[in-house]
Amino acid sequence: MLCGGTDLIVALRKGKITPSMVVDIKRVPELAAGLGEKGGELRIGATTVLTHLIADERVRSWFPALVEAAQVVGSIQIRNRATLAGNLVNASPAADTAPPLLVYGASVEVVSSRGTRTVALTDFFTGPGGTVLEAGELVSAVLLPVPAEAVGAAFGRMTRRRGVDLATVNLCCSVSASGVTRFAFGAVGPRPFLVTDETGTLADPLGDPGQQEEALAALTSQAAPISNVRASREYRQQMLTVLARRALDTARQRLQERLV
Amino acid sequence: MRVVVNGRELETDVAPHHTLLDVLRDRFGLTGSKECCAEGECGACTVLMDGHAVNSCLVLAVEAEGHAVTTIEGLSDVDGLSHIQDAFLATGGVQCGFCIPGMVMSAHYLLEHNSAPTTTEIREGLSGNLCRCGGYNQICAAVASAAQTRLTR
Repeated sequence: MLCGGTDLIVALRKGKITPSMVVDIKRVPELAAGLGEKGGELRIGATTVLTHLIADERVRSWFPALVEAAQVVGSIQIRNRATLAGNLVNASPAADTAPPLLVYGASVEVVSSRGTRTVALTDFFTGPGGTVLEAGELVSAVLLPVPAEAVGAAFGRMTRRRGVDLATVNLCCSVSASGVTRFAFGAVGPRPFLVTDETGTLADPLGDPGQQEEALAALTSQAAPISNVRASREYRQQMLTVLARRALDTARQRLQERLV
Repeated sequence: MRVVVNGRELETDVAPHHTLLDVLRDRFGLTGSKECCAEGECGACTVLMDGHAVNSCLVLAVEAEGHAVTTIEGLSDVDGLSHIQDAFLATGGVQCGFCIPGMVMSAHYLLEHNSAPTTTEIREGLSGNLCRCGGYNQICAAVASAAQTRLTR
């Protein structure tokens, strides 16, 4: 399936994949690009490019950390072609939009000749390049629940250079008014994943620093990074903690600003 | 495929694996757009598709069917160079020149959306384009100068 092609065409040229047929889905009317809100849910059509997503006022207001992530994917030229759904189905462990989507509770709408099903993003990735999609299925939309309470969120990432680079580590943190802190980590395991602190320990800006470090370590220690061309395992683990602290600070500040 | 290139309707036969860049260069003789990394990292092949800057090495020719494409050849005024190209020459932004068509297309796209960009915004606007000569300072200065020219003309 070809949509933005910014990953697929590279893979085709390098011979990493050798399909007998490639189908371009951009002109399928049912898969038309665009965003729509219905029943407390924002639906982002599969062919919606990142530039379009970033400019949408609803996304900017409800999901600002997704905007932060989307606007550092690739380059301007890439974002004018690449789609949000494509970033997910490509299933890179370093996909920048995955951490915010996990934190915001996204799911994907999957269609096939057998019908439509919805898969929570937490269940979608199976490993590098792997998803739960079966033969004959494609993602028709990304679904995001409109936040029911005030949420502060922040995206963070480390790259070797600022533009056109894959993340060495990326993450997103959200803190809700009811005291739940969620982190999603990317590029520190075979797939992006979500971890949660529901005790209220991390959400409290005036909490005990020792206890907070312990609570944070309990979350970051669930990462299992590898060493590769971008960084060593040890460096990734250390930087994950640094980025997590920063994102937590920013998320708490943003929650305060929303509550004022 | 049928495509409008720099305002002209063109038609040609293509293989499924041909990219838009292949067709522009090898069928239509528009060799201003360059192939360099062929994986969307360097921006040397940047063209506008329906007004949006894209890497033409990552667009299959068949995907461009029915769309309007503008290449570096399409930016030049009838009487010579565009004001952005003039600015690149005046500030010494052009060294070996290989990246420049892509740089000019990205600069054009930036200025279409932001008529008075800051230095940071210019750098961001050109961040999808690499210059192996390292002439970034002069290139950014050229874009700032071109922005001035656009505002005062």
